[in-house]
Amino acid sequence: MLLSLNQLVCTREEQPLFEPLTMQLVAGHCVELLGPNGAGKTTLLRTLAGLYSQFEGAYDCPDFLFQGHPMGLDELMSPLENLAWFAGLEGHTFTDERAADLLREVGMINFALTPCQQLSQGQQRRVTMARWLLSDAKLWLLDEPYTSLDKDGQVLLNALLSRHCDNGGAVLAATHMPLQVVDKGELPLRPAQVSA
Amino acid sequence: MALKQTLKELWHKLGSPRWFYQISGPWVTGFGVLAVLLLGVGIIWGLAFAPPDYQQGNSFRIMYVHVPAAMVAQSVYISMGIAGLVLFVWRMKVADIAIAACLPFGIMLTSLALFSGGVWGRPTWGTWWEWDGRTVSTLVLLFLYIGIFALREAILDSQMRARASALVAMVGTINIPIIKYSVEWWNTLHQPASITLTAKPTMPAEMWLPLLVMVLGMYCFAGHNIITRMRLEILRRESGTRWVRDLVLPESTLKGSG
Amino acid sequence: MNITVLFLREWRVLIRNRAAMINPIVFMFLAVMLFAVGSPLQDNTRALYGGAVLWLIVLLTNMLSLDSLFRRDFDNGTLEQMMVTADVPLLAVLVKIIVQWLGTGFLMVLLSPLLCLFLGLPGTAIAKTALLLLAGTPALSLLGAVGAAMTVGFARGGVLLGLLVLPLFLPVLVFGASAVSSEVAGISANAQLYWLAFMSMVALLIGPFATTAGLKISLQL
Repeated sequence: MLLSLNQLVCTREEQPLFEPLTMQLVAGHCVELLGPNGAGKTTLLRTLAGLYSQFEGAYDCPDFLFQGHPMGLDELMSPLENLAWFAGLEGHTFTDERAADLLREVGMINFALTPCQQLSQGQQRRVTMARWLLSDAKLWLLDEPYTSLDKDGQVLLNALLSRHCDNGGAVLAATHMPLQVVDKGELPLRPAQVSA
Repeated sequence: MALKQTLKELWHKLGSPRWFYQISGPWVTGFGVLAVLLLGVGIIWGLAFAPPDYQQGNSFRIMYVHVPAAMVAQSVYISMGIAGLVLFVWRMKVADIAIAACLPFGIMLTSLALFSGGVWGRPTWGTWWEWDGRTVSTLVLLFLYIGIFALREAILDSQMRARASALVAMVGTINIPIIKYSVEWWNTLHQPASITLTAKPTMPAEMWLPLLVMVLGMYCFAGHNIITRMRLEILRRESGTRWVRDLVLPESTLKGSG
Repeated sequence: MNITVLFLREWRVLIRNRAAMINPIVFMFLAVMLFAVGSPLQDNTRALYGGAVLWLIVLLTNMLSLDSLFRRDFDNGTLEQMMVTADVPLLAVLVKIIVQWLGTGFLMVLLSPLLCLFLGLPGTAIAKTALLLLAGTPALSLLGAVGAAMTVGFARGGVLLGLLVLPLFLPVLVFGASAVSSEVAGISANAQLYWLAFMSMVALLIGPFATTAGLKISLQL
């Protein structure tokens, strides 16, 4: 089991943001977080990633990868160097060949050595996808993964998500655009009942 | 064994703002009465009855305000540091309320210490301000206080504000002895023959007894002021809860309301 | 977690973000120049004050450099990636602080002959000054990082950074300045040197923990 929530509710100023959540996520499932703007989707993902500490209830999220709103790429370094850094953070061995393969897969091999500040937002987003492939984390926590992607990029993203789930991984994503994957689950964030 | 159990229970209870509010009432009155008594006695004793210093004459009497203010100001900061530790380790809300309450009082007292130091300096050494060990320590203490104050003003989220102030208070508290030592050391280099006021150990009892009274009185005043502020803050923060409403507006707890 | 890779990245950033490293150093020399031009001191009295001015400028330069320690990473998202992905975020933070020190404090150690020259300090004091800077600047980087971590979330955090950090810097200033003055006067400054080293060690013990805690707070704002 890759993710388990037990009456988890994120709070701000001691007020709950949504109704408590209880669910289990097993391998192979792709779950979309549903809720309007401000429902707490980003906060939930950040809580699971360990970046937000105000919550009640419990969660267990042992092996994950987090993609937040900011790209998470150093603009002064090239995609190759960024991937090397991520590999170093996670403690993987890193070879240029493997990185090249990943960049080729996301269509960024021609820009492998260009500093990221010279890449467009969409191109940087593709580099982050290469980063996901580099990691061997089973659970992907993604916040608005479709941002800045063109049509081809979206197709690529869907393919990667499907493949990841097929290979025993799982995805929990907050997204404005519905995930175009087969057999996806939904986790709605309902507004908290205001106590009288 | 029973003592350990009661202490543990006490510790747990302390985490509840409501419990703190309920038990702190008598402490406020107690500290207040003691403060008025001790400060009153101390001021009159120090200003009128203590013998004049053979070097400084009567101007040294401001010491009876300056020294207690400086001592208590520093103790209050260290209390903030301890409260910060409690907040970080045990996540007690009351600890943040304590820090919020100590801040204004601490700033006021440090300013009083600096001002009274100037008042002391004017007739004694002819200057309102002198860079010596104690003034620098007190000034640094003021900046340490203002730093936490400015940080609290800048953070909107109450939980993060609590953790941030706790962290800064702890780091500041650890540095206080280092700062004090370095400034004292600097002082011995730069000010060889200045301020010692007839060196404390040889101060006659008629001189340091009123000082002791003033110091104790100032601590009581601190206790009274800070606990009062804490109680007000608790009421403010818990204003949505039932017990506060019952306390403040007893007539609203009619059957059928709420 | 591969420390070498982390170092490599910080080093690359240091080299490529030249402005962030050079601007504080340029400021340092500008300040030295302003002091030399602005003060009507004779050569011998300049040597007396040179120590204090040197350390004061070192402090201010450090503050300038600290402001940008975490800011870029905070803005582009690599800071949160670091805190989330690293096995031991504390070590990653320490690596950043060390590289920041290499770009400021250590650089000042290397430039100390020039600094002594411009401040009118005698040549005999150069070696000791370099040693004092070596012992004292780590404390500045380590303690300053705490302030940088607490203020990285604010748009205009610079002044607050100074307010938080200067009281902590004061002991370094006191011992460093008096040490240089002693050296110039021919008196041994070993006591101050040991104190500076001691403070750097204390800073090493509390700085990284406090900085990591501060970053965790700033990332939630």
